[in-house]
Amino acid sequence: MKKIYLLEDAIISPLGFSTEENLNAAKNERSGLRFHKNLRFPEGFCAGIIENELLADAFLKIGEATKFTKLEQMMLLAVSRVLEKNPKIDLSKTALIISTTKGNIDLLKESSIPENRVYLSELGKVIKDFFGFQLEPIVISNACISGGLALAVAKRFISAGKFDQAIVVGGDLVSEFVLSGFQSFQAMSTEPCRPFSINRKGINLGEAAAAILLSSIKPEDPNIISLIGEASANDANHISGPSRTGEGLYKSIQNAMREARISAKEIDYLSAHGTATGYNDEMEAIAFTRSGLENVPMNSFKAYYGHTLGASAILESILTKHSLLNDELYTSLNFDEIGVSKPLNVIGSFEKKELRFALKTASGFGGCNLALVLKKEINE
Amino acid sequence: MSDLRTELKQSIIEQLNLEELELADIENDEPLFGDGLGLDSIDALELIVMLEKDYGIKLTNPDHGKEIFASIDKMAEYIEVNRTK
Amino acid sequence: MKDHRIFRGKDQVFKTEKSLDLDQFLKASYKKLEIEYPKFHKMDGLCKLGIIASEILFKNHSISSETALVFSNSASSLETDKKHQQGMGGIVSPAVFVYTLPNIVLGEISIKHSLQSENVFFIENQFNSELLTDYAEVLLEANKIPAVVCGWIDLKNAEYDVFLCLISKQGEIPLSNENLKQTYLLENE
Repeated sequence: MKKIYLLEDAIISPLGFSTEENLNAAKNERSGLRFHKNLRFPEGFCAGIIENELLADAFLKIGEATKFTKLEQMMLLAVSRVLEKNPKIDLSKTALIISTTKGNIDLLKESSIPENRVYLSELGKVIKDFFGFQLEPIVISNACISGGLALAVAKRFISAGKFDQAIVVGGDLVSEFVLSGFQSFQAMSTEPCRPFSINRKGINLGEAAAAILLSSIKPEDPNIISLIGEASANDANHISGPSRTGEGLYKSIQNAMREARISAKEIDYLSAHGTATGYNDEMEAIAFTRSGLENVPMNSFKAYYGHTLGASAILESILTKHSLLNDELYTSLNFDEIGVSKPLNVIGSFEKKELRFALKTASGFGGCNLALVLKKEINE
Repeated sequence: MSDLRTELKQSIIEQLNLEELELADIENDEPLFGDGLGLDSIDALELIVMLEKDYGIKLTNPDHGKEIFASIDKMAEYIEVNRTK
Repeated sequence: MKDHRIFRGKDQVFKTEKSLDLDQFLKASYKKLEIEYPKFHKMDGLCKLGIIASEILFKNHSISSETALVFSNSASSLETDKKHQQGMGGIVSPAVFVYTLPNIVLGEISIKHSLQSENVFFIENQFNSELLTDYAEVLLEANKIPAVVCGWIDLKNAEYDVFLCLISKQGEIPLSNENLKQTYLLENE
């Protein structure tokens, strides 16, 4: 059985345009969420938005900002950071797997960029052509688990020998399209979100791009993280409300742990989805306790970034990976008091702890759920 | 049957795409959610939209929805008191 | 499913006049196939197509709840996206917004047929038999999943092209890139 390693990565977010900057922010409990107001949303909303000028400035070093949409700049920057750290990579043999829920959806209203760029396969082409990937990109659009699913698909195809390595990149914008939708769901909070807390009032949206290289080729560095288990399962309950018994998530967790050949007792850290809606967090708590994970130190990253949709599972997996590498547990920001019906071990403040195995979960509209098991390889 | 109640039933059938229902199928005091018509959380949100669009009522606390949308009668009572259109 | 005709394998199951608009065609198909599922009427075009197609595919088969769904298209949920975009001019409808993701059709099929299985939605600019074949093979072999429904379900400017295929250890046509491609092209004529 091939081992799949998680190698170089990059995060482009309001907290910085590199993984290092983002880790620094997480360590210091800095959030990228800000309050915004505009004509369309006069009562305001809280979101994690990347400043266009900062992005364009950073992008200038690799390309012409006017030729690319904001989302494209974010995703291209993320991939370029990964390639910078890995200059010898053979792009002719490297797959490109893209995760996004809405892509360039803001082009639907108006723009100087042609409308066919709305098509997600066009987004794939833009990224492929910019760097000169040779294999046709694989684009996954599967609601909020897209990023994790993209990692799973990469692992599955690498294991099957379809290719040896893949760059997985995810991204989504805070668009009026999505803001207005979540507002109609009455699911958004005007304050910074509070995952798993008694006072949680809903989600915040966020925009980010995140990229990571997966490979079956063992690197020289002995400190490495591998992806040893993954599974997804549908709740078959409701298209927007999660299963009250956490069925799909529970199943995903069980199957992922089974593939990884570990038990709940061995999980040292749980990186949850934790969107801070009433239903999501409750469902996760139920699925986690059913899986015997109630004592595992856990957090949600949504109060640092907001919910970054197609980027979220990749971004958060990267933070999970570095948590393992650095033996660090990051605070579950904005947590006050437990507000779900089951006990959970929410990380209240930053701490150093020896970690070996981590579980990352995600859930999304359409009843989808996903679990990933990460392992720190210790070379004897 | 008052005009408002008929209007509500008509709106609900249209707005919530309850294609296989007739006006006569909806009783005034029948529960709309749960066992009654079997409406779900998205339907509840759509009813909130309908309150605003058709009657100018902005529901600031969605939890009130449960009481207001309990039946056609309850909805009609609430609208009669609060409508601005 | 294409041009208001529905086929199961080589047999035409149903057709209507081409002059009907999409909604009328979908409603007529629903009635003819006696689907009896009131939630159908709340769905968007993409989901209605998926429910009809899967209904035909699963007929007379007992489908395991582990049957994976591997769907793809080129337009994602663009039809409904445009509807939501238009609605943004006034008060937005949550019932429209909920369908602005392509994987919702996987959810609707899963709910109707009680499938608690692996799902994925790929976006390609045209039907990609190689991707679907490779992924179906991975699921069937490595992940020991009993069956996979894979296919193409595209809706663009009220024109649709739906091709679903049930793949499992039993069956007449062996799974391969060529065979899947040929089957799709055949049904497309």
